[in-house]
Amino acid sequence: MTLNQSDKIQDITSGGFDSEVTAARKNFGKLMTGLVVACVGIAILPLGSILFMLLKNGLSRLFLNFPSVFTELPPPPLVEGGGFSNAIMGTIITCTIGALLSVPFGVLTAIYTVEFGRGNKLSQFVRFCTNVLSGVPSIIAGLFAYGIVVLTMGNFSAIAGGVALSVLMMPIIIRTAEEGLKSIPSEVRQGLVGIGATNFQGVTSVILPATLPFIATGVTLALARAAGETAPLLFTALFSQFQARSLSEPIATLSVLIYNFAIAPYANQNSLAWAAALIIVVLIMFVSILARTLTARKIY
Amino acid sequence: MTNPSTRPAAPQATQSEDIVLRTENVSVYYGAFEAVRNVYLDIPKNKVVAFIGPSGCGKSTLLRCYNRLNDLIPSARVTGKIAYQNNDLYDPKVDPVEVRRRIGMVFQRPNPFPKSIYENIAFGARVNGYKGDMDELVERSLRSAALWDETKDKLKQSGLALSGGQQQRLCIARTIAIEPEVILMDEPCSALDPISTLRVEDLMHELKQRFTIIIVTHNMQQASRVADYTGFFNAEAAEGGSRFGYLVEYEKTESVFNAPREKSTQDYVSGRFG
Repeated sequence: MTLNQSDKIQDITSGGFDSEVTAARKNFGKLMTGLVVACVGIAILPLGSILFMLLKNGLSRLFLNFPSVFTELPPPPLVEGGGFSNAIMGTIITCTIGALLSVPFGVLTAIYTVEFGRGNKLSQFVRFCTNVLSGVPSIIAGLFAYGIVVLTMGNFSAIAGGVALSVLMMPIIIRTAEEGLKSIPSEVRQGLVGIGATNFQGVTSVILPATLPFIATGVTLALARAAGETAPLLFTALFSQFQARSLSEPIATLSVLIYNFAIAPYANQNSLAWAAALIIVVLIMFVSILARTLTARKIY
Repeated sequence: MTNPSTRPAAPQATQSEDIVLRTENVSVYYGAFEAVRNVYLDIPKNKVVAFIGPSGCGKSTLLRCYNRLNDLIPSARVTGKIAYQNNDLYDPKVDPVEVRRRIGMVFQRPNPFPKSIYENIAFGARVNGYKGDMDELVERSLRSAALWDETKDKLKQSGLALSGGQQQRLCIARTIAIEPEVILMDEPCSALDPISTLRVEDLMHELKQRFTIIIVTHNMQQASRVADYTGFFNAEAAEGGSRFGYLVEYEKTESVFNAPREKSTQDYVSGRFG
């Protein structure tokens, strides 16, 4: 830079160019900021009101005769007290079945599309199908499980509920696992090839362990989704007033319990539904936070 | 200018040596694009051979033929013959995984596995069926890569926690651990600072007692410091406008730098182009 040029720049800064922001612009800025804040408020209003209503209506019932809601069975109509221990167990059982089915298939699918398919026709097709599957209404997943499990086994069951949930969990798990696999730099794969590792050795000992935080995140997110689903369980797991004795019997779940009890004409059932809703929301929030901390541990 | 499609008439620089890799009339294509054309080149045992030349002249492409890394690119195709101790590397019966165990590779960017320093070395040895004392092998490999003193107290730490230069030496240690006969290095110092670069170069001098090293480099000083033989590659426009790379000159390093036979080599090593 020459001396001449720097003189010029000084000239401009010292010379009076309009540095005052006009009042109109200031006001416009304030208006837009206000609008954005208002939009944010509207966006979080539903969540806030849901939490408020749940706490207002659910908390008192949750701590009535604590911990009876966690230990007792649903009461018959017009009887006070009771709880939904069977529904809590049922939600855990159906979600576990769903995870056991969807995790192996989902992770192996992701490994195929990212590590072996590498953008070939089949892996593109699989990815397209995954997108379609994630858009399938949950009631359709329930119909699918009804068709292939309930009709063939002859009755509603925890297994049928788990199959329905696994259909909903699969796309979430496939997508997060794919993301995890893609986050591993291609240099690492070349390095694996360079030391003479076979694809199997590379994937099982290096690629997959490095992807674990992502897979764990996917599984927890999928579980959070599945725990709240009602529609696919209505005609697969159905409902039961009692503790489940086997996986091939109808089973109670929190979401179906809410559905049944919220529309029941009894005050005690209604308040139990509020308590169950509170538990589901707390459970999902807890799982989501867990998922975030798991992702924070990722390597790449 | 040499006609790149014919074998250089001058006697091969490496005639009297023990040859590990023979390259005969090798061309590499990516789809319809010809990356390297008609290369004849012999790699002598326990020597350092450098490939130099401007970008896009196919030196890395040729290097990747020696451990069949181009197999990973679906459109890549190799013609001609590459013989490793009289075995054709591209014979359909040859297992590429086996080739890569004999001919190791160090990459441009350090790429340690997301594992501990110890495991980075042990993993390669294990997949190659090493049954001996693993602790001893890890120590020996790290010592050979001049990394032992810096890492002996933190073998359980992640390899990714090391500095770039240390990571690259870890990658070299990992390659040494599988006891290959040839080590391919694709611009191993291009991501390193000058001090790390010097350490890796010193390492190469030691390693050539036991291994044959082929190094691709953009740095001509580096080639003149480490290499016994140097091959100069250049690119030329083919019919239709696309460029192909070819081997211009392959000689003892002193003669490539001090008395090159070709005008283009002279121009390149004296910094007049490229």
